Amino acid sequence: MARIVIMLLFALVGCSKDESVLLIQNKGSDTLVNLAQAWAEKYKDVKPTVAIAVSGGGSGTGLAALINGTVDIANSSRAMKPEERDEAKKNNGSDVSEFIVGMDALAVFIHPKNPIEGMTLEELACIYGEGGKCIRWSDVRGTIVPGCKDNKIIRVSRQSNSGTYQYFREAILGKKRDLKLGSMDLNGSRESIDLVEKTPCAIGYSGMGYLNPNVRAICISKETNAPCIKPTMANAIDKSYPISRELYMYTKGSPSAEVKAYMDWTQSEEAKKITIKAGYVPAPKR
Amino acid sequence: MEMKMIKTAQLSMDWRNKKSKKPTSEKIIEFLIKAGGLSSIILIIAILFFILKESFPFLVGAFNFKEFFFSPEWYPASVVKVRYGILALLVGTVMVTVLSMLIAVPLGIACAFYISEFCTPKQKELYKVLIEFLAAIPSVVWGFIAIMMINPMIINIFNEPIGLNILNASLILALMSLPLIISVGEDALRAVPEPYREAAEALGATKWEIATRVLLPAAKHGLLAAALLGVGRALGETMAVLMATGHSIQIPHSIFEPGRTLTATIAAELGESPKGGEHYQALFTIGLVLFLISFAVNLTADKLIRGRKQ
Repeated sequence: MARIVIMLLFALVGCSKDESVLLIQNKGSDTLVNLAQAWAEKYKDVKPTVAIAVSGGGSGTGLAALINGTVDIANSSRAMKPEERDEAKKNNGSDVSEFIVGMDALAVFIHPKNPIEGMTLEELACIYGEGGKCIRWSDVRGTIVPGCKDNKIIRVSRQSNSGTYQYFREAILGKKRDLKLGSMDLNGSRESIDLVEKTPCAIGYSGMGYLNPNVRAICISKETNAPCIKPTMANAIDKSYPISRELYMYTKGSPSAEVKAYMDWTQSEEAKKITIKAGYVPAPKR
Repeated sequence: MEMKMIKTAQLSMDWRNKKSKKPTSEKIIEFLIKAGGLSSIILIIAILFFILKESFPFLVGAFNFKEFFFSPEWYPASVVKVRYGILALLVGTVMVTVLSMLIAVPLGIACAFYISEFCTPKQKELYKVLIEFLAAIPSVVWGFIAIMMINPMIINIFNEPIGLNILNASLILALMSLPLIISVGEDALRAVPEPYREAAEALGATKWEIATRVLLPAAKHGLLAAALLGVGRALGETMAVLMATGHSIQIPHSIFEPGRTLTATIAAELGESPKGGEHYQALFTIGLVLFLISFAVNLTADKLIRGRKQ
């Protein structure tokens, strides 16, 4: 239905020269959706005969759609699991192709009133991990947060099938530990920032691209005596920031020429400028 | 002679048949109305069947009655041990619904009384438009109002650590169900025949006395229906409560603690749970529980209304 509507729109608006527009379906990670949209927007100028329809929904949604063959490109903020690859191969007859399109540092942020400068991964695990004992801010380096009743830590998290959630859990807790129940499991990075911005007691996490000046991102150190690293572009590129990750796009093993051309374009200087503008780190040369 | 008689009888029978057959259009319309009436029943049964079909493998498999209804641990994505306990979600749903109705029903009924009995026709027009406007706000927008406006208000006024909680969600839900309660309530009041009012006025009753002693008893079934429709609205609302409750899995010990509802859980998780998987089926089982709850609410409503009629 959406496909028909979009096609009709294009038919009405642009195609007086009687050229048909090819539609590429692009779906997945909410972390990537803003960047993918900005790219799609720009690509209209580069190649007017190709339209890219971008939608979010989460990495799992995008990959599932690729496996079912309903999209051309799946955005994902995590690497595709081997069993997902197998399934895609079974359904589509060919292996998927993986493209690293950028890097993302997962920023941990707090309310500007909160005086904490940085935290170790262990302290994050103490706050977020199941069985962790940090319930009040005073449990973390004896911090007192002004305007926060009882110094209670309000944990802001994401719904359990978000790629950001899964990556965050793995980065601070490893593969064998759960996040503590009772966190505020919001449905988007935007909402997480909005909430922390208005709540002195809160702590949250999201992709670096979503940060705004109304919340304060803290520096993270790997161990107690390790240097505390800020989530910046430079630190994500040289991988010194402890919670940074690759962002992926997946296509069918033998993508159509137009899809292939688009994926190549995402590596161009033009596309990289957009990546930086969206707050992410351009992918290293492949 | 005999032949003739038989023929006459046949003729008269033909005539009779013709008479009953004559209005074909009427028959078609009758059939369509019957089909329309039946279709809602068929739809309900089909929905129930669909939910049962999707949740059945879970119900006979991983389902553990004690864990499902009495454990507050909803951990479908656990890497250690997957657990499906909906107690916290049930408590959240009940708390939010009850509190929002405590706010919305008195306000809504009072508003319906005001619009139908106390204000001038011009005001009436204006208020009706405004209330319809209230109903047109999408629920995601309500969610943002909850996060950006009501959350800091609750933090500041009540000095609480977090403003996304049962109270916040109840306020939002109350605002969302008010238009429904008001318009159905107003319809109920308008349905009270004019002579009732005239008779009361002739006896020298004041407007207040007419409202409380004549209209309230006369329209009580309709007003009750309005309240129960509000309950249905509150039970079923998803997106706004997802954002306003804080969507946090815990049993709230006060109205200032965050919680989570059944509907919000389905909304947040169904989209990405693999179709046919255990998590997917568990979510449909929650849907079944919701179905039974609303069925029970409607049944009690029906019983209440009938009980009073007798």
